[in-house]
Amino acid sequence: MVAAVAFDDVSCAFGPVLAVDRVSLEVREGEFFTLLGPSGSGKTTCLRMIGGFQFPTRGRVLIHGADATRRPPYERDVNTVFQDYALFPHMNVRDNIAYGLMVRGVGKAERYRRADEMLELVHLPGSGARRPAELSGGQRQRVALARALINRPRVLLLDEPLGALDLKLRESMQVELKALQRQVGITFVFVTHDQQEALSMSDRVCVFDRGRVEQTGTPEEIYDRPATRFVAGFVGTGNLLEGAQAQRLAGVDSAVMLRAERIAIEPRRAGGVPGVVKEVEYLGAFIRYIVDAGDGVELLVNAARREFERGAEVTLTWPEAACHRVPEARA
Amino acid sequence: MRSERRGGASRPLIAGALAGMAFLHVPMLFIFLYAFSSEDQTYLFPPPGLTTKWFGVAWERPDVWQAIRLSLEVATVTTALALVLGTLAALALARTRFFGREAVSLLLVLPIALPGIVTGIALRSAYGLSGIPFGFWTIVVGHATFCIVVVYNNAVARLRRTSPSLVEASMDLGADAFQTLRYVLLPSLGTALLAGGMLAFALSFDEVIVTTFTAGQQTTLPIWMLQELVRPRQRPVTNVVAVVIVALTFIPILAAYYLTRGEEHASGGRL
Repeated sequence: MVAAVAFDDVSCAFGPVLAVDRVSLEVREGEFFTLLGPSGSGKTTCLRMIGGFQFPTRGRVLIHGADATRRPPYERDVNTVFQDYALFPHMNVRDNIAYGLMVRGVGKAERYRRADEMLELVHLPGSGARRPAELSGGQRQRVALARALINRPRVLLLDEPLGALDLKLRESMQVELKALQRQVGITFVFVTHDQQEALSMSDRVCVFDRGRVEQTGTPEEIYDRPATRFVAGFVGTGNLLEGAQAQRLAGVDSAVMLRAERIAIEPRRAGGVPGVVKEVEYLGAFIRYIVDAGDGVELLVNAARREFERGAEVTLTWPEAACHRVPEARA
Repeated sequence: MRSERRGGASRPLIAGALAGMAFLHVPMLFIFLYAFSSEDQTYLFPPPGLTTKWFGVAWERPDVWQAIRLSLEVATVTTALALVLGTLAALALARTRFFGREAVSLLLVLPIALPGIVTGIALRSAYGLSGIPFGFWTIVVGHATFCIVVVYNNAVARLRRTSPSLVEASMDLGADAFQTLRYVLLPSLGTALLAGGMLAFALSFDEVIVTTFTAGQQTTLPIWMLQELVRPRQRPVTNVVAVVIVALTFIPILAAYYLTRGEEHASGGRL
């Protein structure tokens, strides 16, 4: 099957700054694909190259197999939900949503009918006559979604669309977005710096750092088997053990990543790794211990209950399979 | 919001404010008064008698009508020119980055900082050297040099406040550059262009200095008034014209006030 979006050795430079550095990737038809990375990692630039707002300085961008490298935005079968929503302030909600049909010459009755359908789809029926300024952040978000979907694009681009929402709303919108994607069956390319968001929503995640792809895979692959140190550190809470520490604690001679929730903590006994509790953080759903495991090694341990206080002597154990080897350098 | 304070201002402050207002507006009242004076050689106070005959006299004088007509024509054409060129310049300079952008921007706003007399002399010698005959279009071009600036400044300020992603969103939804200009950029510039256009019209309508250098035999209204004051002949006619102009000026001022009244609320939602 032809990829919905493909990057073939794409770079993008802004003057001397290389924002995207020889990236190749494939987004499959119909999947929820997330570009994850810290700010300045090149993920938004990649999204803008799919949308046509930015042209690569080398390489090719293919959309459904056709070369779209230098095609303008209005000739691409791709629509975008912008980070600031970019609703037209001088138009009401209905005209905003119908804009894509209006510029294509669809008649007024037909485009208003379809705009109202889209309002139903995003659970905002009856608010067509309101102005964007009268809407809450979450409502603007829905209008932006409806506006981007009305042209029935084959790929929808979402640039940190949940970034401006408060936590509760963000969580419910995550569920809703995912459901919407299943309902409309359109390929979603989603940009975020929030690893939890990326893991919970995506079919596949592509992790970016400094303009390059670190790893592409399912959320489970990214979380359980990080391909690089950067991914191990950026996604989830983990302990990266290297060199002598890895040898001593895990019995292997390469760097290993050990997730904080895979470590069991119990009162001091024979066997396992002895340690002293250095700090206890209460995080609501769980407790995080910072344990001094000797030789200056500090391990993060997530536990369900608060059983130990600072200074407690404990023993740490973990199954051998919990240690994931992390390659020394990016392949 | 706090309610207005009552009796908060001190007496000297009130007196000072009233004196300031009087200084600004009482001379206007004298203009009105002398439009009705029966003495037509000098401005005697108090006027020896009051009459409305000067309104009839002014109505009958063809030079008044010619001056008003020329001024309106010049101001209209200048404003139209300034709106088109000023908007285009603002669109070109607001967002894009190119070599020499700052220099172009400076050159564009320079005419408003330049003393009118310098602009006037410069244009006059330029017209003279290129053998362009003085007339309607030389006046228009002279006025346009500074009218473009006020439109440009208004438009550029508005464009800087509108989110650049609006343009991208429009293109993303399938609109080409022309449709984006028509449906997104111009509507969001609307009131800025209205304000800029009115200011440009007003600047052109009462311009004296540059006009003195760039006009040929024609007299615009301000020049006509100046000439009337120097050569006394039916002096109150000048005042009558002034009164009529003041009255007419209220129409666009009120119109602008009502058209832009909802603006502050609407712009609150802009990102």
